Amino acid sequence: MRVRSAEFKKRSAETARDPRRQAALQMLYDGLHKGRIAAAAATDNWEELRVKGRAIKWHTIRNLDYYLELLEERVVANGGKVYFANDDAEASEYVMGVARANDVKTVIKSKSMVSEEMGLNEAFEEAGIRPVETDLGEYIIQLANEPPYHLIAPAIHKTREEISDLIQQAAGGPREEDPKDLTKTARRLLREEFRTAEMGVSGVNFAVAETGSIALVTNEGNGRMVTSAPRVHVAIMGMEKVIPSMQDLSTMLRILIRSATGQRISSYVTIVNGPRKAPEEDGPDEFHLVIVNNGRENLLKDPQLREALLCIRCGACLNACPVYRKAGGHAYGWVYPGPIGAVITPVMSGKKRAKDLPFASTLCGACREVCPVSIDLPTLLLRLRSDLAEGKAAPGERSSVLMERLSFKIWRFGMLHASAFGLGGRIASAGMWPISRRGWLRRLPPPFSGWTSSRDFPRIAFRPFRARFRSRGGG
Amino acid sequence: MRVTLFVTCVVDQFYPEVGESVVNVLGRQGIGVDFPAAQTCCGQPAFNAGFTDEARAVAERFLEVFEGADPIVVPSGSCAAMVRNLYGELFRDDPELLQKAKAIGERLYEFSEYLVDVLKRPDLAASLDGSATYHQCCHLLRELGVDVQPKSLLGSIEGLEMREMEQAEVCCGFGGTFAVKFPELSTAMLNDKLDNAAATGADMLVASDATCLMHMEGGIRRRGDSIQPVHIAQLLDRATAEQESRV
Ligand code: SF4
Repeated sequence: MRVRSAEFKKRSAETARDPRRQAALQMLYDGLHKGRIAAAAATDNWEELRVKGRAIKWHTIRNLDYYLELLEERVVANGGKVYFANDDAEASEYVMGVARANDVKTVIKSKSMVSEEMGLNEAFEEAGIRPVETDLGEYIIQLANEPPYHLIAPAIHKTREEISDLIQQAAGGPREEDPKDLTKTARRLLREEFRTAEMGVSGVNFAVAETGSIALVTNEGNGRMVTSAPRVHVAIMGMEKVIPSMQDLSTMLRILIRSATGQRISSYVTIVNGPRKAPEEDGPDEFHLVIVNNGRENLLKDPQLREALLCIRCGACLNACPVYRKAGGHAYGWVYPGPIGAVITPVMSGKKRAKDLPFASTLCGACREVCPVSIDLPTLLLRLRSDLAEGKAAPGERSSVLMERLSFKIWRFGMLHASAFGLGGRIASAGMWPISRRGWLRRLPPPFSGWTSSRDFPRIAFRPFRARFRSRGGG
Repeated sequence: MRVTLFVTCVVDQFYPEVGESVVNVLGRQGIGVDFPAAQTCCGQPAFNAGFTDEARAVAERFLEVFEGADPIVVPSGSCAAMVRNLYGELFRDDPELLQKAKAIGERLYEFSEYLVDVLKRPDLAASLDGSATYHQCCHLLRELGVDVQPKSLLGSIEGLEMREMEQAEVCCGFGGTFAVKFPELSTAMLNDKLDNAAATGADMLVASDATCLMHMEGGIRRRGDSIQPVHIAQLLDRATAEQESRV
């Protein structure tokens, strides 16, 4: 998928001004975020589970080669095929190859963020194959021809009216407004696809190495249909999705589902153990597991940034993030929005193209507080800022302008010399005097004009605290 | 008993009256204040902007200036968090400075934290008529985990009605250079905060950090809101002075 993160400033500002999007984003706080808080409060050993989940993920990431090999071995033993794709193009090529070999006309898909990285739907269309998203939210954004807005609620930004229009265009017939009727119509349309599609493509919430199984979490049951109805099932996963055992799966599901929706358990948890075997009646003839790198290695090889691979894509950090709730999902410009997107997008897709993202945070810490595996997102953002500001990681990635660099050099001098600091303050205070009113300024020159576009700025005090303290003779 | 005050660069230069209030409140509790005049800043502005070398130079100087001071009191959760938590990040490759930073971090307290957790005075026997709503500054709450301490101080003021606003724990949109780099996002967040504060109908908006206060006050002035922004030290200063004059 094309990376549009360079447009973050423009697109986030547009969303912040759009009352329809703002209303939808506000619902994330009242709904999913509060749901997550309540679910955690209602779980006695919540903190224990988080610690356990984090330990499981760290253990796996530190031994990733071992568990990926084990996974491969067990999937093959179950009768499936495994393909390791180094990037999105390789992954797409493999999936296309499977589709061609099986003479596929229609593919049904259940939610897969990695397939968004691959731009898989476009690839199918170019090959003359019809992809149909079966998760209701994904279906809606497919009709709208948009990327997902959120990790678990891809169409959260769409109003009911917009959804009505989209479904009516797809279904024909009368325009429906009631969410129940809309869902019914979507179900009717999708039923037919489930019956006839030759291939199913799914994502993977967790892949269990010891048994060679994949687990899918859904609330609509579409995951079960996609993985069992068609003759061929292709599951696509990022390489960090493997975990060691079924025991671990139980822990991970508990923290994932509570963090994602506030439910104790989702309506469906589907565990797939490869293709249909001899006496079984249901299931596909072929099962393929595509394990994708696509820039994850950049995270893995950095001892600090590696922490981002603990992410289980629950979306809690998005709901908790006051910046995401203003900027909206599309502004982040690739597949993963919000705090986790601001960390992994630059590293996975190239820092140069996503320079703004690590700076688009107030470092308020709300993300880390809700993350089920306690990823230290603010610190990872700070680390990326440090790489970017002066182009330390690579000169071509420098994000700061000369003015900013100069300001911090001057700042450094002032802060290292208390007398210069005091004097500088006085000069600045005097300079601000003629343009201030009752101690406040309405307008500042660039780059500070961003502040005064909507806020007054205080004049520096004539008598700073240090002078007042001296004249009161100490404390 | 004496404490060493790290007043922070923002209070020193923009809100000196907050620093005076800190000295007054501590004085009424029988605590003397030392102020090392060589102090400037903890280095956070540069660190947050990605200018790590500049931040490290200033942070190193901070460690020198406050070497041996015990305890250190800071009227800002954000600057306290910088020293206590983020110096660990800043000096991660320098074991010697890391050790120094850790030692100073253990002796350094945010103002309300010091009053409640160290002095054990969650109730300052203060009184003030009026109503107030409290904005929970991000770093105090989520970096330092200081939540009940300022609330108990405010709650103990006789005559002061505390009204909780919606989303009191949500960021006001300041975020250092964020406010300048992303003015639309920052302003949208600020407007939510000020709307929520105004909806309580309280007379005062209390915060524990001068930077957040500067941001919110800037918005209040521009919008023409009637709520009065005030630092928790100023409010406690007024309320303890009030009580003294009544007794
Ligand atoms: S970073 Fe944490 S909170 Fe955010 S999506 Fe990943 S697991 Fe969930």
